[in-house]
Amino acid sequence: MTERTLPATPGQTVGPFFHYALPYPGDNELVPWGSPGSLTLRGRVYDGDGAPLPDALLEIRQAGIDGVVPQVPGSLRRYGVPFTGWGRCATDNAGEYRFSTVEPDASFIAVAVFARGLLDVLFTRIYLPGATDSFLDSLDTAERDRMTARREGDALVFDVRMQGEEQTVFLDFT
Amino acid sequence: MPTPLDSQATISEEIATYAKDPSGPQPRLDYAPYRSSILRHPTKALKQADPEGAELLAPVFGPTDVDPLEADLTIQDGGEPLGERIRVQGRVLDGDGRPVRRQLVEVWQANASGRYIHQRDQHPAPLDPHFTGMGRCLTDDDGRYTFVTVKPGPYPWKNHQNAWRPAHIHFSMFGTDFTQRLVTQMYFPGDPLFALDPIYQSITDPQARERLVASYDHDVSEPEFLLGYSWDIVLTGSRTTPMEATDD
Ligand SMILES: [Fe+2]
Repeated sequence: MTERTLPATPGQTVGPFFHYALPYPGDNELVPWGSPGSLTLRGRVYDGDGAPLPDALLEIRQAGIDGVVPQVPGSLRRYGVPFTGWGRCATDNAGEYRFSTVEPDASFIAVAVFARGLLDVLFTRIYLPGATDSFLDSLDTAERDRMTARREGDALVFDVRMQGEEQTVFLDFT
Repeated sequence: MPTPLDSQATISEEIATYAKDPSGPQPRLDYAPYRSSILRHPTKALKQADPEGAELLAPVFGPTDVDPLEADLTIQDGGEPLGERIRVQGRVLDGDGRPVRRQLVEVWQANASGRYIHQRDQHPAPLDPHFTGMGRCLTDDDGRYTFVTVKPGPYPWKNHQNAWRPAHIHFSMFGTDFTQRLVTQMYFPGDPLFALDPIYQSITDPQARERLVASYDHDVSEPEFLLGYSWDIVLTGSRTTPMEATDD
């Protein structure tokens, strides 16, 4: 048991005005677009009416092709730095995000979701097609499908649904 | 025809209803007084999970990522912005009080008139040619961050009729675990808009939401130069000890 001595600072929504502050050049480019071995990871974020969110922000954290989660700086000034295993992408007007990354030697890519209208961060996982682990095994088939990316050509596609029957499986780590 | 906006009285009544039944120290995701949350909060329960793999490690940032000048929002555009010059400083800690060292802190805010440079901000208040309102820094070995900026103004929004956000600075923080990721807003003491604001009130535990309010700190103020505010941040997340002694 970990003992908590200090109460946590509450979260608040990222709001509508983060676009000039959080996104930066190369934020979604964990490896150069189209470089050998690169993978496009993309998808859309939808609200409870099925409308795309043009003001969401996703962050991903992942291992590399060697299965190691890098602990190296350089994500904010990417050019010429090694793979950092972290990226950020604001959705566009169609609610779409996209990352250029690599397929990790791991079962999933960790995701944090922020949006106007969302009062605190939400976490999920993008499982690779065919991946399995004890958490995924604990879910029903529909949930497992919703947590697993699908392959479309050279890309992996993973949509985020904020609510409803098809809602993304969001995680509680507390 | 767009539906007319609700009145502040309607929103305040809803806020009062939620306040009767406080639900923990984090904001409610399902909080109808904040109208944009209605279609954007999860309607299914979150699944309990133990952090694994990449979730156990926050990204790492270093001096190559952030220029120290990015922590001064008053020197970014070749002239001094208008407004009350302030310093906001404090520490980023984990739940055990340990400093989060050399980690990225990002901030963004409206200018002194309550206007963001963001395209979507249509508030008819002046832009300031000398203020972009975004900054970054790395915490030091003591977990300390510090920004020099101007005090942001309150601003109107369209959640309801005559809706105004209390003055705030948006903060983005990382811990040592990916699961400690925090985006929040820092407020200024004594703001008369607190009671009326559904975003602030979405944290229904009064003590918890007060943790978002900085303190005026005269020891941080500098004579004939700026006013000081202090605000410490405590990250949550599952700060699990990987090698816990097992005695069961
Ligand atoms: Fe704001």
